[in-house]
Amino acid sequence: MRSKHLAAEKKASGSRYTALRSRRLPASALLDKRAVLAAIVLAAAIILMVLFSAGIGTMRIHPLDVLKVFAGQGQEVHKTVVFQFRLPRIALSLLVGASLAASGAIVQGMIRNPLASPDLVGITNGAAVAATSLIALTGGAASVRWLPLAAICGAAAAALLIYVLAWKRGVTPLRLVLVGIGLSSALSAITSVMVIASPLRIAGQALVWLTGSVYGAAWSGVLTLLPWTAAGLALAFVLARQVSAQQLGDDIAVGLGSRLQLQRLALLALSVALAGSAVALAGGIAFIGLMAPHMARRLVGPAFGAALPVAALCGGLLMLAADLAARTVFMPTEIPAGVFTAAIGAPFFIYLLRRRRSSP
Amino acid sequence: MVALLDRPSYKIAVLLLSVAFLAVCMTASVMFGAKAYGLSTLQSAFSAFDGSDAHLIIRTSRVPRAAIAAVVGAALAVAGALMQALTRNPLASPSLFGVNAGAGLALVVAVALFGFPGLGQSVWIAFAGAALSAAAVYALGSGGRAGPAPVNMTLAGAAIAAFASSLTSGVLLGSDKALDQVLFWLVGSVAGRELAMLTAVLPYIAVGFVAAFALASPLNVLAMGEDVAVSLGQRTAAVKLVAAAAVVVLAGGAVAVAGPIGFIGIVIPHIARHLVGRDHHWLLPYCAVLGAILLVAADLGSRFLLMPSEVPVGVLTAIIGVPFFVLIARRGRYAE
Repeated sequence: MRSKHLAAEKKASGSRYTALRSRRLPASALLDKRAVLAAIVLAAAIILMVLFSAGIGTMRIHPLDVLKVFAGQGQEVHKTVVFQFRLPRIALSLLVGASLAASGAIVQGMIRNPLASPDLVGITNGAAVAATSLIALTGGAASVRWLPLAAICGAAAAALLIYVLAWKRGVTPLRLVLVGIGLSSALSAITSVMVIASPLRIAGQALVWLTGSVYGAAWSGVLTLLPWTAAGLALAFVLARQVSAQQLGDDIAVGLGSRLQLQRLALLALSVALAGSAVALAGGIAFIGLMAPHMARRLVGPAFGAALPVAALCGGLLMLAADLAARTVFMPTEIPAGVFTAAIGAPFFIYLLRRRRSSP
Repeated sequence: MVALLDRPSYKIAVLLLSVAFLAVCMTASVMFGAKAYGLSTLQSAFSAFDGSDAHLIIRTSRVPRAAIAAVVGAALAVAGALMQALTRNPLASPSLFGVNAGAGLALVVAVALFGFPGLGQSVWIAFAGAALSAAAVYALGSGGRAGPAPVNMTLAGAAIAAFASSLTSGVLLGSDKALDQVLFWLVGSVAGRELAMLTAVLPYIAVGFVAAFALASPLNVLAMGEDVAVSLGQRTAAVKLVAAAAVVVLAGGAVAVAGPIGFIGIVIPHIARHLVGRDHHWLLPYCAVLGAILLVAADLGSRFLLMPSEVPVGVLTAIIGVPFFVLIARRGRYAE
């Protein structure tokens, strides 16, 4: 066996990067050691969290028993509870968190403002209008299966509208943010009308959705979201170099040979697909798209190829923790997970603004 | 910016015309709706009240509605003008900077905890919420030697608004009672309010107006920049504090009566600046009258948009306001 098919070499002792070069194919890659380490640690944390989270609820299961269930042993009751009720919810949380985090990382890289995120620039609100309209207009009857599609369409329409309105011989990041903020408040006004127009029982349903929750998740939902998340993350990874170029500024990106406006449109579409599909299944989970990319950049630096996977893992972990809190803090009453993400996210935002101020 | 009306005589004339137009709008607002009444019915409802349906509707529903719309519109427009002067940010306004959302959150929390408070208390609760979120946004978005960065403050406002509305729906879901009582109020509307609600907040709003108009000269100086204002001997901190208090009282009072109605605080000050320029002696009265006209007219329109059901007027103002907002965002300081 040719074990040297991929030769890993260290450039210099103390270098952050490990170069991977293929001898056959004209391809090579730089592996950021810090990113690999961070990813491993985060993945381990997620696994621990999953074991812990699957055991907590009205029926407590010891983490070791959870492990047994995963291995195919353990009691039948435990199996049912873990596989039927808790695991779908956990898996959905992870996917939603990862999607929102990746979407946020793209938006922040593209807009070059670390304070932006899909929920602040109006993409999420577009999805919310479409979804609540569907809930209200059908009287909550035919909604569940069509909700994801409606939400993605709404997100795409909102993003397109924002993009068109911000266009003035090209789109600058700043105009994109401002137009987004304006549009999002109009959209949320329409959302409120839809909530008010529907009967009280359905109004409650719409409100839960708006605040964001993975309550009642099933495997079908997980399978619906999985392709979107997987394809979106893969595509984002492929486009990482473009995002890194855009982070340097329009002039430098053009100088590096980027087709700026085209890439900006493509990246916007990608972030819409990621955020829209996540919002479709979990509702308006706020602030994860803001927080996770920052954590990732703190851990591994701004290079997008390294920050993206780490951000996705951070997002999954955050969402998992928020949902755990949502399930357990006020047991037996459930609070939408979006309340907790907002409660952590807003102070985080304050911290970001203060830090920016002290180092302009 | 060149003002459209460049002579004091024009400005006075147009202001008087606007007041007259406001009177016409308010009369129309009393006359038209699901049922239309003639001027004679209107007159007799007050001169010779006979307890008939028509008279009852006019006295208990239509007149309060028109009066509330006028006061709330004026208060929100003046609050917007003050905020724009204070922050030197053309996009500043009570709705976008989270002041309305903060007042809404405070009221919802109060309802969930203690049941519906009396009118007197609800005003103070709304003030507290408005003050808290305004302080948060200003503290977050401003500071540094370069002064408040417009984008940061706008983003901070959006974040605070998102935070407040997320918590609001969380609280609402936690208590069914609150959901039932408060839902109608979460989108701004001037329908179905009693006159007592207006009289409860009117004293505070009046104080806010007086404070705002008294600040016209200091605000003109402040608009030249903080350094200039200080070197001219102004105690800028005091001016800002009074102006911020006026904003809180005006916006909080408006929210306490009508719920969060957006975009009037953005649209009207820009129109008024086009008409009379940046002098706050003219700008603030114009804002008050034009804001009142906009909300009364929007409220009238909201009755006919989806007959027979009514669209909350907050939705209408948001839809009117967004094109404006986009226009502002596309030019000027934000365009580069």
